[in-house]
Amino acid sequence: MTQSQTQTTDQIPAMIKLENVSKSFGDNAVLKGVDLQIARGTSMVIIGGSGTGKSVMLKSVLGLIQQDSGRIFVDGNETGSGDRDAFLARFGMLFQGAALFDSLPVWQNVAFRLLRGSLKRPRDEAREIAIDKLRRVGLKADVADRLPAELSGGMQKRVGLARAIAADPEIIFFDEPTTGLDPIMSGVINELIREIVVEMGATAMTITHDMSSVRVISDNVAMLHGGKIRWTGPVSDMDASGDPYVEQFISGSAEGPIESVR
Amino acid sequence: MTPFALLARLGAAVLGLMASLGRITLFTLSAFSHMVRPPYYAREVLNALIQVGWMSLPVVGLTAIFTGGALALQIYAGGARFNAEAVVPQIVAIGMVRELGPVLVGLMIAARVTSSIAAEIATMKVTEQIDALVTLSTHPMKYLVAPRVLAGLLTVPLMVGVGDIIGIMGGYLVSTKSLGFNPASYMINTVNFLAAHDIYTSLLKGAAFGVIATVMGCYYGMQSGRGAQGVGRATKSSVEAAAVLILATNFVLTGVFFSI
Ligand SMILES: Nc1ncnc2c1ncn2[C@@H]1O[C@H](COP(=O)(O)OP(=O)(O)OP(=O)(O)O)[C@@H](O)[C@H]1O
Ligand SMILES: [Mg+2]
Repeated sequence: MTQSQTQTTDQIPAMIKLENVSKSFGDNAVLKGVDLQIARGTSMVIIGGSGTGKSVMLKSVLGLIQQDSGRIFVDGNETGSGDRDAFLARFGMLFQGAALFDSLPVWQNVAFRLLRGSLKRPRDEAREIAIDKLRRVGLKADVADRLPAELSGGMQKRVGLARAIAADPEIIFFDEPTTGLDPIMSGVINELIREIVVEMGATAMTITHDMSSVRVISDNVAMLHGGKIRWTGPVSDMDASGDPYVEQFISGSAEGPIESVR
Repeated sequence: MTPFALLARLGAAVLGLMASLGRITLFTLSAFSHMVRPPYYAREVLNALIQVGWMSLPVVGLTAIFTGGALALQIYAGGARFNAEAVVPQIVAIGMVRELGPVLVGLMIAARVTSSIAAEIATMKVTEQIDALVTLSTHPMKYLVAPRVLAGLLTVPLMVGVGDIIGIMGGYLVSTKSLGFNPASYMINTVNFLAAHDIYTSLLKGAAFGVIATVMGCYYGMQSGRGAQGVGRATKSSVEAAAVLILATNFVLTGVFFSI
């Protein structure tokens, strides 16, 4: 399914490019020189152990966390230069903890961007779009007027997903989109992410721990370990990576080079 | 500890205080600059006006009426020692309008509004809602901070005005019902004694305290550390800072307004 895209990865100019990016919090060195490229219109999945800095990496690209050294390019322009509003308007982001605004009803969360700023639409239209996006993540229209606190964790996650895709962004980051969802709903969300990339031509970067999601969502996979990209390649090569770290991660074995403290 | 070490520690504390005051000043300036530049979030401003102003009225009223009443009793008892009981209306008016009204309202706002702003914004910080705002191209200073500070600036003076009036009413009630003052002459004495200067300095103090209370809530909320502990610490620091700054500012403003 993804063969044609993965083969052309080298020719397409990278939509997102990280060059030797490092970030420490105090004496906790999280990223130690990350190099990564994501081609336009492809879907990259980041795997890696808990606490290895996957979320920090996404946030650095968005400028929510300032890297200590290294450079990040989006569509050829170094981040931090140029108009920040225009830069952010190209992105959608699903946060690991959903990060819904708990003072606003669900539909206003989803339509947040459509209710103000440069993408502002009439209120009715924004609401309609919100309800449509909610439907796409498997939520009925009746949740639209509820407050986020009244929803279950998995429903909140899906509202976050609807918010991330509400303004049809070019670049979408998903931080663990299927964590906390039942297997059927996970399947729906995986398909949705795939659809967004294939149909809308968006560039996606997804963090997930769910290996079955990886296979559905990704064109390419990168594994973050020890503050660096340990392995990256097309998903079809993942099973034959020959990298003991990747192999251990895929098999979920406690035995292997990745330490598991017990 | 050697005197030198003590001095060094004192110096570090003073430098730390100066640095925070500098950061808070910059934060305040930024809040004001976001207030005057578009886009404006009318809905947020309206919400803040209701939360900061309207919802604080009951507690302000209760504080003022009891304080005015107690003030009348004390002035009567104290004045009686040198046959000056008659000054109750004048001293209650001055005491409420010049000092107690603004200070008590300021402190009640710090307790009620500063703490809730700090806890709310800190929770948003901790749960990545602030990051989410930024990624949705919305500036937290403009969306969260500016409306609240504007609401403090506009409503706290009104609140102080209300507090002044209710405080005087408290004194009036106690004086006429149990101290035997004549209602009409109590009112006349109060009105004649207060100068316009007393009233607008009272309201000016209110505006200053409104800005301090809301800025402290927003500043410490935005600075919050991680987790529930971070939220708790932010809330505590914001109320402490707001209360101390309100009292210190009150002292300075009283000096400026009344010592000349
Ligand atoms: N704002 C921050 N301040 C201090 N340390 C942080 C901050 N954000 C992340 N860290 C630290 O960076 C490290 C990596 O965190 P991160 O959230 O990126 O992990 P992760 O790979 O996303 O893990 P998980 O799969 O569990 O979500 C952790 O040790 C974390 O404590
Ligand atoms: Mg994470």
